[in-house]
Amino acid sequence: MAARVQAFTRRLLSGDEVTRFIVTLAGLAILTVTAALVFELWSNSNLAREKFGWGFLTGSTWDPNAGEFGALPFIVGTATTSLISLVIAVPAGVGAAIFLAELAPRRVSDALTFCIELLAAVPSVVYGLLGVFVLVPIMKSVVEPPLRAVLGWTPLFSGPFYGVSVLTAGVVLAVMILPFIVSVSRQVLIAVPVEQREAALALGATRWETTWRVVLPFAKRGIYGSIFLALARALGETMAVTMVIGNSTQLKASLFAPGYSIAAVIANEFTEATDDLYLHALIQLGLVLFAVTIIINGLARLLVAGTTRRSDAVA
Amino acid sequence: MLGATGICAAGIASVLLFILGYLVINGASSLSLSFFTQLPAPVGELGGGMANAIVGSGKILGLAVLFGVPIGFLGGVYLAEYASPVGAFVVRYVTDLLNGVPSIVIGIFAYSLIVLNAKHFSAFAGGVALGIMMIPISVRSTEEFLRAVPNGLREAALALGAPKWRVLATVVVPAARDGIVTGILLNLARVAGETAPLLFTAFSNRYWSSGIDQPTASLPVMIYTYAISPYEDWHRQAWAAAFVLLMLVLGMNIISKVVLMRSPLRGGR
Amino acid sequence: MHTIIGKTVRRVVVVAAAVAVLAVLAVLAVLAVPAVAAAQTHITGAGATFPYPMYSKWFDAYHKLHPAIQINYQSIGSGGGIRQVTEGTVDFGASDGPMTDTQLAAFRAKRGSDILHFPTVMGAVVPIYNVSGITSALRFTPEVLAGMFLGTITKWNDKAIAAANPGVALPATNVVVVHRSDGSGTSFIWTDYLTKVSAVWKTKVGANTSVNWPVGLGGKGNEGVSGLVKLTNGAIGYVELIYAVQSKIAYGSVRNAAGEYVNATLESVSAAAASASMPDDFRVSITNPPGKTAYPIASFTWLLVPTKIADPAKQRAITDFLKWMLSDGQKMASALSYAPLPKAVVDRELKAIAAVK
Repeated sequence: MAARVQAFTRRLLSGDEVTRFIVTLAGLAILTVTAALVFELWSNSNLAREKFGWGFLTGSTWDPNAGEFGALPFIVGTATTSLISLVIAVPAGVGAAIFLAELAPRRVSDALTFCIELLAAVPSVVYGLLGVFVLVPIMKSVVEPPLRAVLGWTPLFSGPFYGVSVLTAGVVLAVMILPFIVSVSRQVLIAVPVEQREAALALGATRWETTWRVVLPFAKRGIYGSIFLALARALGETMAVTMVIGNSTQLKASLFAPGYSIAAVIANEFTEATDDLYLHALIQLGLVLFAVTIIINGLARLLVAGTTRRSDAVA
Repeated sequence: MLGATGICAAGIASVLLFILGYLVINGASSLSLSFFTQLPAPVGELGGGMANAIVGSGKILGLAVLFGVPIGFLGGVYLAEYASPVGAFVVRYVTDLLNGVPSIVIGIFAYSLIVLNAKHFSAFAGGVALGIMMIPISVRSTEEFLRAVPNGLREAALALGAPKWRVLATVVVPAARDGIVTGILLNLARVAGETAPLLFTAFSNRYWSSGIDQPTASLPVMIYTYAISPYEDWHRQAWAAAFVLLMLVLGMNIISKVVLMRSPLRGGR
Repeated sequence: MHTIIGKTVRRVVVVAAAVAVLAVLAVLAVLAVPAVAAAQTHITGAGATFPYPMYSKWFDAYHKLHPAIQINYQSIGSGGGIRQVTEGTVDFGASDGPMTDTQLAAFRAKRGSDILHFPTVMGAVVPIYNVSGITSALRFTPEVLAGMFLGTITKWNDKAIAAANPGVALPATNVVVVHRSDGSGTSFIWTDYLTKVSAVWKTKVGANTSVNWPVGLGGKGNEGVSGLVKLTNGAIGYVELIYAVQSKIAYGSVRNAAGEYVNATLESVSAAAASASMPDDFRVSITNPPGKTAYPIASFTWLLVPTKIADPAKQRAITDFLKWMLSDGQKMASALSYAPLPKAVVDRELKAIAAVK
């Protein structure tokens, strides 16, 4: 024991314990900040939990006037916009990743990847700006008419279209999450060992068959991971969505109709909630968003970590 | 079939070119000297600029770096060099958790923690909100780049009898410096465009704000308020501001990516 | 064994010390925030977007007269103004809907003092529309406005609209309602009016700064609503008159309680104010007044000033500004299409300023 203490003192004098102390402090600070965040959200939303319980999640009326708060329109809006963005971004993104990882010459691939990754750096409010002034007119003149002509008989594509809508928000989100899908999927695909490809090619498979039957299945988990990562980003996206979604709490089946998302309603109403219950309901929404994002992010990390570790081991 | 994937890639890359082109045409043409030197004009009057928002953004980002980077960097050192397996797992897990928190939720947190207690909106509150957002990525990039430093370097220095902290400070961290600095730059570029956490922390200001305890204007918030306004002149200025912001953010990205490519250590991604 | 104990002890010491330092840092941080003082008097106000063009002009002019005083006003919506002034995060609030009794009680409970309403100007809320093919100014009846906002009138060539606008060729465009997405005094004035003229509206929706809109798109602020209307064919929305004028959007006249179609003008708004009697706390609604020449969707707009302002410099700056606003400030109102306050109201307000301490 005495020897231990002596060794400890020596390290203390040499400065090592001080360093350890400081960096541990930083580690603890991260834990503290996160704990404080969860605590603040939780304790500032108790009124909403007491009054509505789990019914908060299924209530479809958001009526600050009557003190009636249900989160369903926002949950549905967040889910739908995210889903639309995935439907658009996953095929395009994975397709692009296949091209960049399998087909393109190294130089071309690097240059294109650089461009695509820069897309992730464009600020959300700039996407919103472009959404309002560029995408909305395009949606009205180019996208809506053919969609309505072909799919107008389904409830999803019926009803009037004003330009701002759930669909428009989904399209903006798709552009915003593409870089994540492309960048991560490309890495996962590149990490697939060359032997796998060579074996398939040696067996007489075409390049496309090799990609489709061998490389993609091998990288499957990683690609799922990239999709979840993108999904987590789409769920929490605020500014671009609130600028093009139409901000309406009415639940509609049509994707042409305006909607609302959790993040957007917080941005719009947070500073303005006039009574405590209203404020608590908004913070409760924040908590819901937090929880969902955490789960999705966790899944993503597990999947991506799983693949890269496995392929590292093989390589 | 494979050809179709090329179309995807080209299509996505061209979106960036389109965005750039559009902003250059609309934004750069709206830029003028007064944009950089003047305060916003009263509603409905022509002219004015966003000088206070440019300085305000700088101030908020500076505070964010002061708050987020030390914690993130030291946390990264902790994970890479000092943590016990359990400690590492917990801190890493929580860092991931924090990374996943939507920015608007961080805004709520900074509002209820700082604004409500200090009784006013301030650049400080905005800086803390963005600083919190910077922590997770600072931690991860620091950790990854430290780990990428070859063990031989460390061992050689330790064998000379230097204490661990001196080895870290004089050998390991300098070896990883490029990576760590570019990591911070990328991180800064990411939060520079954040609007949502500033709406109810830094708030906005029509004037210059002195010190860090005043409501402070920032470029992203100005773009937002100007974009949803009905005035043509404000729309023009929103484009100009978007152009300036995008150039700053892309510039930081390009610089850091080029530095990374040249660096012998290509830790992480 | 010793190793393990030693290690554990060391860990515990490190962690405990770390926690202690963190706590100290946190306390220091909280103390340091308000410590930074400024030589100038910075005042922050927030709230209504309805009088924002007026306030922005006033605060700009006042700053030019008194360079040491900066009043930063952010138009975040009336609901926000009430909320933030109650929380004490801004020095004064602004609203187009008077605070309710519950809100006044909440303010008293939180701050231990009262809050006063100071009418600043009067303004009109006008129905704005963007329908391609319609060039002449439209006339609206209360029933048409309520019908559109309830979602029962869905086409611009509806019989009820046609009846009020003989001779106007109305297209079969869909009606797109645009309302405020934030808590808003303009919404309060609008819904207060609809509540007075439509029984269905009264039971189904009611009047408030934020309501559960039966139909439509939400835009943030007067700016957001006029922006959306401009972008959308078939849109109808409501904004303060100046926003319609400044952003050059068409707006219609409205049939008042006496059955006349009245355009929103300074005179017709003043006529509306003349028909109401002002209570001592200045909280009054002047929508749907009886006068023949009165515009039916008009309102006072208020600054919300706490009776107790801790910082004497701020207290002086705010009361001085109020006095200036009631004299010189009023002269700037009509240039921005706001109606100046009646003389009697100004006199009563000047007396009320003494209560701000």
